[in-house]
Amino acid sequence: MLRFVLRRLVLVLPVLLGMTVMMFIIARLLPGDPVALAAGPNATAAEIAAYAAEFGLDQPVTVQYWRYLSGLLGGDFGVSIFSRRPVLDDLLTYLPATLELVLAAMFLAVVLGIPAGLAAAVWRNRWPDYLGRVAALAAISMPRFFLGLLLQLGFAMWLLWLPLGGRFPIILEPPPLVTGFLTLDALIAGDGTAFATACRHLAMPAIAMCLSPLATIMRMMRASTIEVLQQDYVMTARALGLPARQIVFKYVAKNAVSATLTVIGLYFGWLLGGTVLVETVFDWPGLGLYATQAIVSQDFMPVIGVAMVIGLLFVLVNLVVDLLYGVINPKVRYS
Amino acid sequence: MTHAVASARGQALRRGWFRFRQSGLSMLGAALVVAVLAIAIVGPWIAPFPGHVAGGVDTANRFLAPSLAHPFGTNELGQDVLSLVLAGTRISVLAGLGVVVLGTLFGTLVGAVAGFAGGWTDEVLMRLSDLKLTIPGLILAMAVAAALGAGLLNMVIAIALSWWPGYARLVRGEVLARKEEVYVAAARAIGASPARILFRHVLPNIVSPVVVKMSLDMGFAILTVASLGFIGIGVRPPTPEWGTLLSVSRSYMPDFWWTAVFPGLAMFVAIFGFNLLGDGLRDVLDPRARR
Amino acid sequence: MALLEIRDLHLAMRSFDGEAHVLNGIDLAVERREVWGLVGDTGCGKSLTGLSVSRLVPTPPGRFLAGEIRFEGRDLLACPEAEVAELRGTGIGMIFQDPTTNLNPAFSIRTQLVDVALSAARRDPAILEGARGRAAQAAAERLAAAMLDRVGIPDAAARLGDYPHEFSGGMRQRVLIAMALIGRPDLLIADEPTTALDVSVQAQILRLIRAMVEEFDMGVLLITHNLGVVAQSCTHVAVMYAGNIVESGPVRAVLTTPLHPYTRALLQAIPTRGVVRGALRGLAGAVPNLIAPPPGCRFAPRCPRATDACRAAVPPPRGEGHRVACLHPGDRDA
Ligand SMILES: Nc1ncnc2c1ncn2[C@@H]1O[C@H](COP(=O)(O)OP(=O)(O)O)[C@@H](O)[C@H]1O
Ligand SMILES: [Mg+2]
Repeated sequence: MLRFVLRRLVLVLPVLLGMTVMMFIIARLLPGDPVALAAGPNATAAEIAAYAAEFGLDQPVTVQYWRYLSGLLGGDFGVSIFSRRPVLDDLLTYLPATLELVLAAMFLAVVLGIPAGLAAAVWRNRWPDYLGRVAALAAISMPRFFLGLLLQLGFAMWLLWLPLGGRFPIILEPPPLVTGFLTLDALIAGDGTAFATACRHLAMPAIAMCLSPLATIMRMMRASTIEVLQQDYVMTARALGLPARQIVFKYVAKNAVSATLTVIGLYFGWLLGGTVLVETVFDWPGLGLYATQAIVSQDFMPVIGVAMVIGLLFVLVNLVVDLLYGVINPKVRYS
Repeated sequence: MTHAVASARGQALRRGWFRFRQSGLSMLGAALVVAVLAIAIVGPWIAPFPGHVAGGVDTANRFLAPSLAHPFGTNELGQDVLSLVLAGTRISVLAGLGVVVLGTLFGTLVGAVAGFAGGWTDEVLMRLSDLKLTIPGLILAMAVAAALGAGLLNMVIAIALSWWPGYARLVRGEVLARKEEVYVAAARAIGASPARILFRHVLPNIVSPVVVKMSLDMGFAILTVASLGFIGIGVRPPTPEWGTLLSVSRSYMPDFWWTAVFPGLAMFVAIFGFNLLGDGLRDVLDPRARR
Repeated sequence: MALLEIRDLHLAMRSFDGEAHVLNGIDLAVERREVWGLVGDTGCGKSLTGLSVSRLVPTPPGRFLAGEIRFEGRDLLACPEAEVAELRGTGIGMIFQDPTTNLNPAFSIRTQLVDVALSAARRDPAILEGARGRAAQAAAERLAAAMLDRVGIPDAAARLGDYPHEFSGGMRQRVLIAMALIGRPDLLIADEPTTALDVSVQAQILRLIRAMVEEFDMGVLLITHNLGVVAQSCTHVAVMYAGNIVESGPVRAVLTTPLHPYTRALLQAIPTRGVVRGALRGLAGAVPNLIAPPPGCRFAPRCPRATDACRAAVPPPRGEGHRVACLHPGDRDA
């Protein structure tokens, strides 16, 4: 199994390499002059040239790329041409916020989506199923940023139950940093108030974010449950008198979940890339917001960094999913 | 033989149409899509305040709540929100269509080349499409759109760049399957070019899955277009694009909620329609997905 | 009172093209320690007969038109589902064709056997000798190991934790037999239990089933399309054709003096020793369409002896012990 993991990790390298090439192509070959943008509107040609020289942007693209790659080996993700801050520092600052949001959304989606899909399959072609299917399709069709706005309108502006945005009030002291997840850190510190505050901030973004994976997981779970229900071993279980509840919740569910797992892995990466919108709506200080600001100012080192972090996470999550798959499905061998 | 195949296909289509009509949701989807397309065509002409669509302002009537004269109210410039939403339909539909069509064309090309050429070409092209799985599409589209600069066409190109791999896979798989089949072998023996094989044998066989995918993708493309507009990398005001409208009117919530809610609802309804339709089409056209 | 008595069972199945009358008046009685072979071509309704007894035919698309299925005197078709469910596993055990697909791949066989034993013990505590709670779990595991050992799985206790894919096809079928018998059923329905197995393994499994009949004092309905299997392991046989039992009786009588033209054709199709697979040599035509079947004997269109009377009405079964549903049966002495 260790070899399986190592091989998968080695396979990640070409992907990350391809990603850097692609981003460099976009950054350097498409029109747009980030240096002029960064140097400011009143900069003279000489000032712009000096600025470019400072970041090595006067060199040929191949040289720039080579420098970037050699930097990467030493853990150097380059420097933002705006803030002059090392990209790695920023990534480490913003990553936990995004991860916390995505994990919370994914948690909701799995915890609600799997039972919902199971229920829809068991009640197949009856009203709970129809209702669930329409709701799922509606959820997939709902733009996350619009849902976010509606949630803000309802819960933050009219009902005043939840904060409008942000991750933690500036005026309050955040719990001591351990995991970077405010909810967990608050729990670790045993600080109930901080935990409640963190949760209240997390609630709306997580809901806005979870709807579409929830619906997809539900649909996937429904389809695979229906397939499993038609398997011979379900008939055997019924013929030998196992209670219907046990058949569905134990025997069918486990088989159906293993088919659904793959989707969960794919969706995780999709969510990471999609945090941009929700983070924008809720001012959530994560990678998405960071990437958006960088993209708007055509500051490419942070963008490449974010893409690489997300790509790496995507691969890692799918690796975990594959391992889980092996746990659930004993027939799978890691070869 | 061709005749028999054609009539069998005709019968399958009639059966499919029958099943499709049986499903109320699919029909609702079709109705919504027809309505959206109709509005996309005539929208700017049936807009009650065509002047506002062109960028005209009416500052005396700012932020009027929904009423008979302005069913969706007016915005910060006194423009009629209904007129903007109606006119915006064309932009969203056009952009969505552009993305899907460009993606399909490019994907078909890549898939066909990969499938016919095989070897290294195939390997490289397929790894490239794998890469797209790991790079978040939205971030890629944002980066390209930002580099290309604002504008509808640039945005469409930027999104389409991350849209082709699905179609490429579909076409490549079909090419690989058909290439080996007897009748293609026969066709090649009498001097058929890859283009002929592609157009006569491969493409007709994947019309159904491609149509289903295009319909499902249409909703998602509209969503992506609106997302870019919302972030502010895309069409610029005064072009009444739904996402852009939403992003501007965000700042006027909660008091003037109608400026944001109605463009958002329009977006939702259009996407929902295409998704319902695509789902229904898939049930009918793709036997494997039938439940 | 017979252990199982099916009387005039009629079942229809709805499909895309219409409703097929797939069981057309089945009569069958099984006593304890009898092994009834149910033979016939693919699609003649053998499996549906078996499933009907446990009320596992999905309704819809299935619909029982008439008849009764009496298990120890009680009519199962008239019982509420909950009451029939009580019988599954403890009253009636079932084994199906493909041992590969009938075991759940995601659970160890311990889990699967123990769950069946526990659910059976809930209805009949004697199965686990009255053990409850934690003791029941332990007792169920002991019983599972004992059953595996009994059906001939070497090193049974050590293999309890294994998953189905770690067993060979024949061993899996043994596991399934253990699972079907762990609740001590009075009736075992085995639907083509050896069809998916190697020929060499088939005989072992059949011998195992025979041995279990005495030990568990049960009746068996053994569904097969193979007369060789019947000859080898049944005490009685019922021959089915297109939803009817055309001939039934003690194995010796039926196989040595077949009365129905279909049974004769079946027997002639056996190449000295061996297996019949579907096609019947020397018989023109095909199984009739069951959606709009001809009114009379369903075999009439293919029967060399058919007369107008045969085409008018379904002939009722006649005779004592060795029964035949035919107006022109072969000679009993022939
Ligand atoms: N679920 C079902 N829906 C519709 N028709 C069925 C179904 N199951 C079986 N049938 C039909 O009933 C007939 C008898 O089937 P079966 O009992 O499985 O035959 P066999 O004798 O081979 O076991 C067949 O013609 C089959 O097509
Ligand atoms: Mg059968």
